[in-house]
Amino acid sequence: MKVYLQLFFTFTYIGAVSFGGGYSMLPMFQRELVSKKAWLSETEMIDYFSVSQCLPGIIAANAAVFVGYKQKKVFGGIIAAIGAVFPSLVIITIIAALLTNFAEIELVQNAFAGIRVCVSVLIINTVIRLWKQAIIDKSTLVLFSLVFLLSVLTSLPVAIMVAVAGTTGIAIQMLRKVMKAK
Amino acid sequence: MIYFQLFYEFFKTGLFVFGGGLATIPFLQEISEKTGWFTIQQLMDMIAISEATPGPIGVNMATYVGYTVAGLTGGIVATLGLITPSIIIACIIARLLYKFKDSQYIDAAFYGLRPASLALICSAGLAVLRLSLFQEALWQDTGLLISLFNFKGICLALVIFALSNKFKNLHPVAFLAASAVIGMVFRF
Repeated sequence: MKVYLQLFFTFTYIGAVSFGGGYSMLPMFQRELVSKKAWLSETEMIDYFSVSQCLPGIIAANAAVFVGYKQKKVFGGIIAAIGAVFPSLVIITIIAALLTNFAEIELVQNAFAGIRVCVSVLIINTVIRLWKQAIIDKSTLVLFSLVFLLSVLTSLPVAIMVAVAGTTGIAIQMLRKVMKAK
Repeated sequence: MIYFQLFYEFFKTGLFVFGGGLATIPFLQEISEKTGWFTIQQLMDMIAISEATPGPIGVNMATYVGYTVAGLTGGIVATLGLITPSIIIACIIARLLYKFKDSQYIDAAFYGLRPASLALICSAGLAVLRLSLFQEALWQDTGLLISLFNFKGICLALVIFALSNKFKNLHPVAFLAASAVIGMVFRF
């Protein structure tokens, strides 16, 4: 029971302090789940996000399910996902009921302009931190550069880029094995 | 029964949307046209609020639309509808990943997935940074290069970057809270 409560409240906390969803959760995952709770390794965290973004559904919910599943199988996945959306339910319901002009308040706009700068810097920090886990040789460096350029310059769907990268990974590793065997 | 219909519409969105967040907007437009539950103008307001509150944008939108259509229960039903496909699909995939954990193919796939993922995360972070540090529209209007730079934002970004790398134990939430206050005080 304790594990379920921990899962729920950890994801409620992460949901309440992530602004913008998806990738903005990454710095919080890193701090809360990897450093503090040691529920995952950094490599597992990248792996979960990699798979989450090529599955259908909201990335944040997918990633929460993966972490919950690792702890307590299906029921853990359900609890983690519900925990992650709980703050949205509370906050949005209050705003929808009472403060429909919330987004037009100047102070709110100013605060969020500041928060956006912060979130993007935190995301870049996390990328730097994860670099060693993902970029381990020349091939992975080339893959990183190619996908980065493609995502900046084109509007190719993310799922396709991720699927091609995974296939390329398999191809490279198999090729290596064949070369070694020779 | 409005609740079943809400659940069904958002279940469909959760099943077919990729990437979440703003990717849900076209689905919501379609719901608006099909059901007349809310107008496009209302949708615009909901997007603004979903972006200006914590939590995943896609989830915020689902709660907001659900609440607008059918009150508190509506908000809960729409949100659960949106995440139900995620729960089902991610649990199946997680199960498969554990089952074939030692497969060399899975390992090799992740070898390629990790750098790709990191590149996508990096470009998403830089896209937000570009929007908040450079005023491209203002630059086009005035033609003055100096108006391209949002100096307040650039200073804040540099300070956060320096401090967060010097004091690695400080919680990210501390930086978020400080940035919100700085944004309000210095009128970002």
